[in-house]
Amino acid sequence: MNKKRRLLLLKGLVWLVGLAPVVWLLWRGMTDRLGANPIEEVLHRLGDTALISLLVVLSITPLRRLTGWNSLAPLRRPVGLFAFFYLTMHFLWYAAVDQTLDLEFIIEDIKERPYILAGFTAWLLLIPLAITSTKGWIRRLRKNWQKLHRLVYVATSLGVLHFYWQVKADTYWPIVATTVLVVLMLLRFRRRRV
Amino acid sequence: MLIGKPGDIPSSEITPESVYINRRQFIGESAEIALGGAAGGALIGGAVGGALLARPGRARAQRPGDQRDWSAVRSEMGEELTPYEDVTSYNNFYEFGTQKDDPVKNAHTLQPRPWTIEVGGMCANPGVYGLEDFIKPGTMEDRIYRLRCVEAWSMVIPWYGFALKDVIDRAEPLGSARYVEFKTLHDLVQMPGQRSRVLAWPYAEGLRLDEARHPLTILATGVYGRDLPNQNGAPIRLVVPWKYGFKGIKSIVSMTFMEQEPLNSWQRAASNEYGFYANVNPEVDHPRWSQARERRLGEFRRRATLLFNGYVDQVAGLYAGLDLRVHY
Repeated sequence: MNKKRRLLLLKGLVWLVGLAPVVWLLWRGMTDRLGANPIEEVLHRLGDTALISLLVVLSITPLRRLTGWNSLAPLRRPVGLFAFFYLTMHFLWYAAVDQTLDLEFIIEDIKERPYILAGFTAWLLLIPLAITSTKGWIRRLRKNWQKLHRLVYVATSLGVLHFYWQVKADTYWPIVATTVLVVLMLLRFRRRRV
Repeated sequence: MLIGKPGDIPSSEITPESVYINRRQFIGESAEIALGGAAGGALIGGAVGGALLARPGRARAQRPGDQRDWSAVRSEMGEELTPYEDVTSYNNFYEFGTQKDDPVKNAHTLQPRPWTIEVGGMCANPGVYGLEDFIKPGTMEDRIYRLRCVEAWSMVIPWYGFALKDVIDRAEPLGSARYVEFKTLHDLVQMPGQRSRVLAWPYAEGLRLDEARHPLTILATGVYGRDLPNQNGAPIRLVVPWKYGFKGIKSIVSMTFMEQEPLNSWQRAASNEYGFYANVNPEVDHPRWSQARERRLGEFRRRATLLFNGYVDQVAGLYAGLDLRVHY
């Protein structure tokens, strides 16, 4: 019972933190605090949040192993779904608001701009992961589930690349994201060899 | 006769027992996902609606304390001005940080008075001039220009300034001089962003002399009729309306006439992406993004980018015979 309550508390916390960026953007939008280019501002903040959420998902397992706090494991699903939610919003915002659904330009972007292709591919890869995130699918897919869900490593790497490729000169934050990703991946490989 | 047998149902259609048993949880999980979708819809609707509803109020806002009414002022194409608040809060001025809202927050450290400008290189009248000697009374005027950033956004700005040609004529460049190079102040205290090596400091820009003498090319000391705020390049900056915004070097301290084509800061940083000319051209894409369209700040839908930013009649002659794809 105690364990169940703790899990509920943790999940509640994930929901609270996960919804905060939406609420923050909504509030800024409704009070004209999004700056001179609100469309770009929302697009970038949704993208940041998606990438940060993906890196948080990847940090849960190493953190659990490091601390031995096994109750963290069930958090991967809600955090992962939040990552998918923000990435979907980021893509929809790009397509519907930034590009006003001008398909000709969206297709050209995906075909000709590697950073857009990388981001788009990351989103596509996460769709099956979101669908198969339920307990039913975990059971149905058995061992294949874990294999399938390793796609999150590819998607996150593509997300970091997408971030890196669009910066004009100031690579500080993309370097931070890359470093975090590399550290999280190294923690996994080291663990597996032991 | 058999109408159907259990084997006709593909195994994929059968609900696994585990799902069946956990149907309550399954419904719960589906609800979570649906809730997420609903939150997403609310976000799109709320943020777009909020941003759009708030815009008209912003559009009316002009420079605080300004006696003059700018609301009816238009560009030569009938375009509305970008609100003063947007012109002065959305800036690329890496000397004060790389985010658009960094300059307005950080540029208070710049001391635009007193200010001197060194004119040198291949000219008959080199010297160091105080800002006051640069600005001849009676030559100042409002110039309403489109500003198109290489990042595919744009504004319409009422600059206050004078023709660069006036300064060049006074300096009397030698016959062999073909270019003029400008430099921004280099001062780690006044421009703390220069502590980061994101660009090679000081910021440098250059023009061919015929571009520099073109009547559209100005040195601006003001915007919306009064002195430039620090974040817009106080006390004096270059404005070349048919080129991408990064050519408009800010807070200028030197002008040098030379025979060789100078290297500008963005060329130095990435010469495959930024060239010497940097003429606005919807046909020549940035290697990483399209230049065919732009977002005019305050507008919802992107608009088509115009060749030479709409100043084609005035400036196309400067580039006759030049391959604009090679000389981007």
